[in-house]
Amino acid sequence: MEPIISLKQLTHIYSPNTPFEQRALDRIDLDIHPGEYLGIIGRTGSGKSTLIQHLNGLAKPTSGQVLFEGQDIWADKALTHSIRFQVGLVFQYPEYQLFEETVYRDIAFGPKNMKLDEAEIDRRVRRAAEFAGLKEDVLERSPFELSGGQKRRVAIAGVIAMEPKVLVLDEPTAGLDPAGAASILANIEAYRQANHATIVIVSHSMEDVARLADRLVVVSHGTLPYIGTPREVFSHGAALEELGLGVPAMNRVFSRVRAMGVDIDPAVYTVEQAKAAFLAAWRKRKEGK
Amino acid sequence: MALKDITLGQYFPGNSLLHRFDPRSKILFTVLFIAAIFLCKGLVSYGITLLILLMMIGISKVQPRVFLKGMKPVVFIVVCTAILNLFYTSGTVLWSWGILKITEEGIWKAGFMVLRILMLIACTLLLTYTTSPILLTDGLEKLLRPLKKLNFPVHELSMMMSIALRFIPTLIQETDKIISAQKARGADFDSGNLIQKAKALIPILIPLFISSFRRAEELAIAMECRCYHGDEGRTSLRQLRYAGRDYGLIVFSIALCAGIVVLRVVFGL
Repeated sequence: MEPIISLKQLTHIYSPNTPFEQRALDRIDLDIHPGEYLGIIGRTGSGKSTLIQHLNGLAKPTSGQVLFEGQDIWADKALTHSIRFQVGLVFQYPEYQLFEETVYRDIAFGPKNMKLDEAEIDRRVRRAAEFAGLKEDVLERSPFELSGGQKRRVAIAGVIAMEPKVLVLDEPTAGLDPAGAASILANIEAYRQANHATIVIVSHSMEDVARLADRLVVVSHGTLPYIGTPREVFSHGAALEELGLGVPAMNRVFSRVRAMGVDIDPAVYTVEQAKAAFLAAWRKRKEGK
Repeated sequence: MALKDITLGQYFPGNSLLHRFDPRSKILFTVLFIAAIFLCKGLVSYGITLLILLMMIGISKVQPRVFLKGMKPVVFIVVCTAILNLFYTSGTVLWSWGILKITEEGIWKAGFMVLRILMLIACTLLLTYTTSPILLTDGLEKLLRPLKKLNFPVHELSMMMSIALRFIPTLIQETDKIISAQKARGADFDSGNLIQKAKALIPILIPLFISSFRRAEELAIAMECRCYHGDEGRTSLRQLRYAGRDYGLIVFSIALCAGIVVLRVVFGL
C-alpha cells in the first residue's frame, strides 16, 4: 500500500546561519499509511510540534521532502495550499483560536476558505459538530460563552469540517478531565471510522496512545529512535525511560521485574496483558519445577 | 518565522563602560544629546556631535551592523525628508528641470536633516542596546520621581512599561501560533486587495485580544496574591547608585549641550 504521507530525509533548522541556529529535525524518514492510527510521543522540545507542522505544509523543510500521495507538497504553491485541507491540523489548546460571533460561523471558517457552496458548507458544519459531540443548539451561541471543554470541541469541529483525509491532533486531551478526554478520543475514533481517515495523535498520555494507536513513533532530539507497534516500542521500556518518557505504569513494573532476573514478557503495557503475561510466567515456572 | 526576528529596541548584554553607567545618567545623556542634535546649525557642530556619537558606539562594543539593522525601519522617512528638502528649499539654483530645481541651500539642508534623523535613531538605539529594559524603567521611574508632587502616576507608569516590555516576546509567540492555526484552516493572508487583506487579519486579532485580556487578568491576580499594592512603601531589589563615572557623564552631557549653544549663538557654526 502506498503511504499517504511520506517524509524523506526531512531536516528542519531554525534560524540557520545565526548564533541561534537549532536543528529541530535531523534527516527523518517516516511513512504514514492510509487509515492507520499513529501515535507520536516525545518530550517537550524533542521536535514533535515541528514534525507535525511539516505534515500539512505549515513549516517548510530546510532539506528533504514531504510527499502527500506521492507528490512533493512544495512542488507548487497551489498544491501547498490545498494540502492544508487534506491534512487537518488541530493545535494544542485550539480553543484559543476561536474568533467568530457564533459557533456555526467559526466551524464554517475552514470550509469557506475551501470555496465550497453554501449548502455543502452547511452540511459539513452540522456533520462536524455532530462528530465533535456538539448539540444543535450550541451552534448559534457565541463560542466565548462556552466551557473550556466545549470550546475545544468547537475548535476540533472547525478542522473536521474540512473533512481531511488525515487528521493530526496535538495533545487533544491536555487539560481536560478524564471523562472529557475519553469522550473526545471517542469522537475522533468515530470520525476515523466514518471517513476511513488517517489519525496522527501527539500525546503525553502514554496509556491513551498505547491503547489507541496502531503504531507509535518516538521523537527524541530531532530523530525517530523507535517506530513500531506499541508492543515493539514498549519492549524498549527501560530505554524509553532513559529518553525521559513516562512509559505506562504496567510497562514500568514489568521492565523492573525482568531486570530483577525473572523470565517475563517485557513488552506489556495494559492490565489485561499484564495478567496474561503473569499467568504465563507462573505456569512456566510451575512446569519448570 | 519572520515575526521572531524583530529587534524591538533589543538589549545586547555586555560589560562595556556604557553598559556599566547608571541608567539614570544614560537617560540624561540621551535626552541632552538629542537636545544638542536639535541645536546643531553648521558643519562644525554636526561634526562634533557625530564624532561623539561614533565614539560612544565604539565604546559600547555593540557591532555597528546591528545599528544599521536597527535604522532600517526609518529608511523610508529619511529618503522622503531628503527629497522634500532637496527640491523645496529656495536659494541659489544649481540645476532645474521644469518645476523641479535643486538649490545649494537645499543640498545642505537635506544632508543635515538626514544626518539629524540618523543620529537621533542611533543615540536612542545606543540607550536600549546597552541598558536592560528593567534597569531602563527603574531609571525612568527614579528620574521622574519629582513629578509625583504634581500627582503624576510615576510608579504606575513605569510598572505598565515594564509589564508591556516583558510581554512583547510572549505576544509575538502567541501571534505566531494563532497565524499557524488559522493557516491550517486555509486562511490566506497574502492575496486579495487591501480590504480583503485587512479582513483576513480578524481571525488573528480577535483571539489575540481575548488572550491578552485573559493574561492581564491572570497577571493582576498573581500580583495581588504576592501582595502588590502599588507604590506606597514599596522598596526596590536593585538599588540604583551613582558612581564617579556617572557624574562625569552628566557633566560631559551638559558641557556638550552648552558648547553647541555657544557655537550656534556666538559663532553661528
